[in-house]
Amino acid sequence: MPETVFYALEVMLNGLMAGIMYALVALGFVLIFKASGIFNYAQGVLALFAALTLVGIMEGQVPFAHLINAIFGTSFHTFGFKVPALVAILITAAIMTLLAVLVERYILKHLVNQEPIILFMATIGLAYFLEGFGDVMWGSDLKSLDVGLPKGIDETIESLTSDWFGYGFFIDRLDIVAAIVAALLVAALTLFSQYSKQGRALRAVADDHQAALSVGISLRFIWVLVWSIAGIVALVAGIMWGSKSGVQFSLSLIALKALPVLMLGGFTSIPGAIVGGLIIGMGEKLFEFLIGPLVGGATENWFAYVLALVFLVFRPQGLFGERIIERV
Amino acid sequence: MNAQIPLSSYTMTADGRKIGAVLMEMKNITLRFGGVKAITDISFDIREGEIRSIIGPNGAGKSSMLNVISGFYVPQEGEVWFRGARRPQMKPYEVARQGIARTFQNIALFDGMSVLDNIMTGRLTLMKTGLLAQSFWWGSAEREETAHREKVEKIIDFLEIQAIRKTPVGRLPYGLKKRVELARALAAEPKLLLLDEPMAGMNVEEKEDMCRFILDVNDEFGTTIALIEHDMGVVMDLSDRVVVMDYGKKIGDGTPDEVRNNQAVIDAYLGVSHE
Repeated sequence: MPETVFYALEVMLNGLMAGIMYALVALGFVLIFKASGIFNYAQGVLALFAALTLVGIMEGQVPFAHLINAIFGTSFHTFGFKVPALVAILITAAIMTLLAVLVERYILKHLVNQEPIILFMATIGLAYFLEGFGDVMWGSDLKSLDVGLPKGIDETIESLTSDWFGYGFFIDRLDIVAAIVAALLVAALTLFSQYSKQGRALRAVADDHQAALSVGISLRFIWVLVWSIAGIVALVAGIMWGSKSGVQFSLSLIALKALPVLMLGGFTSIPGAIVGGLIIGMGEKLFEFLIGPLVGGATENWFAYVLALVFLVFRPQGLFGERIIERV
Repeated sequence: MNAQIPLSSYTMTADGRKIGAVLMEMKNITLRFGGVKAITDISFDIREGEIRSIIGPNGAGKSSMLNVISGFYVPQEGEVWFRGARRPQMKPYEVARQGIARTFQNIALFDGMSVLDNIMTGRLTLMKTGLLAQSFWWGSAEREETAHREKVEKIIDFLEIQAIRKTPVGRLPYGLKKRVELARALAAEPKLLLLDEPMAGMNVEEKEDMCRFILDVNDEFGTTIALIEHDMGVVMDLSDRVVVMDYGKKIGDGTPDEVRNNQAVIDAYLGVSHE
């Protein structure tokens, strides 16, 4: 087989892997949207905040160090010890859960029965608050995150494929890990929502608030639960993206890439988020490879949005979304 | 299902059912929406084991009353007493956890879930295992699920909906949806079951089925039932006692026979000439 075909295949594979990263972010959106009808603009910032907190804890940074030093004239920045990655991840997960409790208590609780647009605005406010808060708490410099995930080109795959096909595939180990983690996460979430009592309550709330209340489900508890899960999904996304390209403000912008994923997959479908992510990831890499050279490249910046636009025209509910039919 | 009632405190009905002590008492309830009074100073009680109906013309405040009992509306004045204690202001889900289950006039089911899952949600308040055990599907969670599933299967048999167990509720016809909603309410093993127009929009055959189910539920499980219904014939056949409302006020209260002969009730239903 000619080399270009293999190269195209490699591009597609890498696109799929990148798509999984998009899907991880989109997943958090879908969870909150399903359970509460809220489009959570802050999902990307949640991932940033989770990654910042994780790095901060691992490095033993003093939270609010700049603020403390400015006020008291001190100059300490670290506690002088490092926290093992696993412990730090658990602590960060706990912090994300605490954040969910606070969001429910100080924002959502006061906005019950409000229009979706008002809740959406509230999440925009939350996004800006969290962004600034994260900066003040951990500093705004670029940090590298290393929780011990394998990185770099996988030589085994490269040598094996070059033996078999005469063409060595370059695949990033981190992408493979991300794919496995994403698969486990989706499997766990699906099992939880299908078979556990809280999962059933969660689906019930997603379906009908009034009926959920009448069978004794506390909406507030469910909201804390979904925001916690979304926070933990954001943590996973933050770890993957942070390990790949460092922890910095631009991490929160991956949320923008999740938007076209959601338009493709549908806002209410977990499998949709995954498939949407894969299509966008693969599509943009392949498009860049095939069409890019003809139009001067840099198609990756806009391809996803144009694809989403096409979907909005022809299939607004997405691939897996619920079709909205108004009965007259 | 109900606690054993001491022999002295219940009365037998003509068909041999037992009616016990006061289960719920509404005292001088007044409910306003802005300047509009939906309910004005209404008091009545519901006794254990009885079928208690609230009737009245459109806009009389029947549904509002049911919503007060189930906690969806909070009255501005008055007290709600349940099982001998005054009930503090509660959220609807807290009321449900106290053992008051309800159905809705316009059916509120979980359309995307199967019939079985819908009915299982009725048992959420009875499930004890915590979030962690559920997340990891530890032994206790599995045993619990099996036990609850058995109870739910009994209810499914009872209401004769075996054939549609796995069907998503959204696809069912209206009459069956009403029955599934009743099943979900029953699954909670309620001390008080509230039915908001259980027969609305049904054809004669479906109505007869529903009547039979309501009587059977009351008879076999001893469940106390409070219901709202338009169909006078149905109400008079089913009920032990009836409250009649008109324009937010109580205009009659008693056995079906007493109510039927009450002049105020006749006027409200047939109209009076204003000459």
